[in-house]
Amino acid sequence: MKRRRALEGVKIADFGWVVTGPAAAKFGANLGAEVIRIESNTRPDILRFAPPAKDGELGMNRSAMFTLYNDSKLGITLNMRMTQAREVARRMIYNWADVIVDGLVPGVMKSWGLDYETLKKEKPELIHIATTMQGQTGPYSRMPGHGQVGAQLAGFSHVTGWPDREPAIPLQAYTDFVTFPHVVTALIAALIYRDRTGRGQYIDVSQFESSLQFLAPPIMDYMINGRVMMRMGNRSTHAAPHAVYRCLGEDRWCAIAVFTDEEWENFSKVIGNPGWTRDPRFATFRGRKENEGELNALVEEWTVNHSAEEVMGCMQGAGVPAGVAASGQDLVADPQLNHRGTHVILEHPEIGPHIYQPPPYQLSRTPAELLMPAPCIGQHNEYILKDVLGMSDEEVADLIAAGGLE
Amino acid sequence: MREQRGTETMLGPFRVLDLTDDKGFYCGKVLGDLGADVIKIEPPGGDPARSIGPFYKDISEPEKSLYWWAYNTSKRGITLNIETADGQEIFKRLVKTADVILESLAPGYMDKLGLGYSALSKINPGLVMTSITPFGQTGPYRDWKGPDIVGCCLGGQTYVTGDADRPPCRISFPQACLHGGVHAAGGTLAALRYRELSGEGQYVDVSLQEAFVWALQGPIQYWDLLKHNMVRTGISRSYYISPRYPIRMMRFGYPCKDGHVAFMVAGGLIAAVSMPAMVGWMAEERMLGAFEPMKDWGYDEWLMRDPISMSREDVDAEEDTLARFFATKTRAELYEQALKRRIILYPSNTTEDLVENIQLKERKFYVEVEHPELGQTITYVGAPYKMTETPWRISSRAPHIGEHNQEIYEHELGLSKEEMRLLKEARVI
Repeated sequence: MKRRRALEGVKIADFGWVVTGPAAAKFGANLGAEVIRIESNTRPDILRFAPPAKDGELGMNRSAMFTLYNDSKLGITLNMRMTQAREVARRMIYNWADVIVDGLVPGVMKSWGLDYETLKKEKPELIHIATTMQGQTGPYSRMPGHGQVGAQLAGFSHVTGWPDREPAIPLQAYTDFVTFPHVVTALIAALIYRDRTGRGQYIDVSQFESSLQFLAPPIMDYMINGRVMMRMGNRSTHAAPHAVYRCLGEDRWCAIAVFTDEEWENFSKVIGNPGWTRDPRFATFRGRKENEGELNALVEEWTVNHSAEEVMGCMQGAGVPAGVAASGQDLVADPQLNHRGTHVILEHPEIGPHIYQPPPYQLSRTPAELLMPAPCIGQHNEYILKDVLGMSDEEVADLIAAGGLE
Repeated sequence: MREQRGTETMLGPFRVLDLTDDKGFYCGKVLGDLGADVIKIEPPGGDPARSIGPFYKDISEPEKSLYWWAYNTSKRGITLNIETADGQEIFKRLVKTADVILESLAPGYMDKLGLGYSALSKINPGLVMTSITPFGQTGPYRDWKGPDIVGCCLGGQTYVTGDADRPPCRISFPQACLHGGVHAAGGTLAALRYRELSGEGQYVDVSLQEAFVWALQGPIQYWDLLKHNMVRTGISRSYYISPRYPIRMMRFGYPCKDGHVAFMVAGGLIAAVSMPAMVGWMAEERMLGAFEPMKDWGYDEWLMRDPISMSREDVDAEEDTLARFFATKTRAELYEQALKRRIILYPSNTTEDLVENIQLKERKFYVEVEHPELGQTITYVGAPYKMTETPWRISSRAPHIGEHNQEIYEHELGLSKEEMRLLKEARVI
């Protein structure tokens, strides 16, 4: 019996770029939608050439950075400068797609005759999601950029790192990762609305705007109290100890966080109840906060003699929050992630077997599935043109001759 | 039997019972701002998360927490003690009227109370129930505590963030539960869509650790393919391709007159887009420095330039030149010119900059929400998406403790004032 899928019957045309659009479309595919990723050899997604690549050799179909966001999709190449290719895209949208996800610079879809205003006349039930760095309108909407500046633009860098140092930058394109799950919610909610009313719509997603919900309290703190939030290392306003401590070995670290008196007692017990834990300077939360520098040094005197795993295990075992600062190697070996099935091995034609990731939740009745590895570029051209769009052999030959599939 | 609340919002017909603590607030907010009827259920006396600051005018009171305000918009609020038999009975009556339940108690706890998915789905077979926990419902870490810093560490983000000569660090404003919340909303909506088509509900098990791994890009892939661990590099970036190529560290942020800006020299497409205009600007101000030899380079020359093949000295010289140039200008000046000249250069914004930002103002991003109890409106962060047919909307400020007890218990469930008083005294509500 075929397993039921949550987004059964939904068809997504993925005109996305880099992370935001493609990642949202991938989640859609994992939840049961059919997804076609539209690319071009003349302008390949920059992620296709982003390291890490198979054997350290960059190439069109060798990047694990690209495959992470593109499993479970069919892939076609369309050279959208060719009229014939645009005809195929139009056909795909009018005859096949329920949803378009587009990551293009504002104005490009219109130049192809594929703007929402045009499309909705023929297909009012179409859902068109457009993702950009700063939105479709406004003075900065066409500012050149890329996802990696997002963390700085959206204020996350300023509040990362040490107060006496320059800001540190979160790894890679942080705002993409805040935005794409928001796109997923908009996509599914739009489908629910459309199932009910028959009406589609256009959704303008600015990465900049999407991300600011994740800083809402500090933003409101400035608006109401005039306070500008500053980075504070690993400190917390309502816990101490609360830091990342050096452990035994090379560049090994474990966080310990104590929020309550009970956790403090258990923490003290784990480290052998040394006298200093009963010193009035450290016996209360306020004392620990006032003497936090010294506190952290004392805690670290204990942690440096134990492995990060041991620190974490002993503390959590005693009900004290703790966690190894996990490297890539740690993540791959993590027993909890492995239990959850977070690392799914799929065999890619050029990369071979390697790790993909499902959405971070488990649905009991309609579980997410990773069906196939990311497509090599243009891998499903023929299948899509003939089987999905019903084009004849002659039409396909004409398209190829005109350079439409480049 | 659901009340038809109108279909002008995406999620108008759906009721959500939100039992979460700060590990899950954001999920209910996402659904509520899209129109769902979200009922926040707090323990009598209020959720402990109301003590999380900052506070309105620094008044540390349960009704003044900006954290509570920000993440509980568009929700009505009732108090209920689900650990009591009376509370469980009332809760089950509400479950019959609901489409979604959100909770973030320790794994297994709802089952222990007789309120787990297997029990509740018998009362309401179409129910979607979503649990949000640090590590998920099963597995070796399931009973472990997972405050934000633990989620950041075990989710991999901490290890690759911060200065190399200091401990790795997290983003100072807690992020893990927010990623968990928005992903939980996605999973919940997927289950809800399926329910609408099939009549069948289901259980959604969300792990904050896994959600935060989705905010990471690279460490797992680098270890998987090349057995290389990405490490923290502060305000710089390093690109490792393979053991054959040197690792070239390049600044991605520079100090300027009044703060910092995001800019990277590099090569390839990014340099091809930005550098001709950047160099041209520096030439106008006679500050070319290390870029003197490139003053006539165009798109093609910059496209071909490969920073990996540059020496450390050359990279340093270029970064030095840029630092001197940026030091003469403010964030605002640099950003304005970047727009005009089409350079990929952005300010490293503070919360003050975010509030003053021109693009956000032009797009009317910030929204006003009524606070009748204060006699004023308060400005809130606005829509994550602008939709043409069914606009996102904050329908109300976050609820006060028990604010809608009367509305729900008396008017909807039909409890009498006497019953309400009894329940109040018994600390059931």
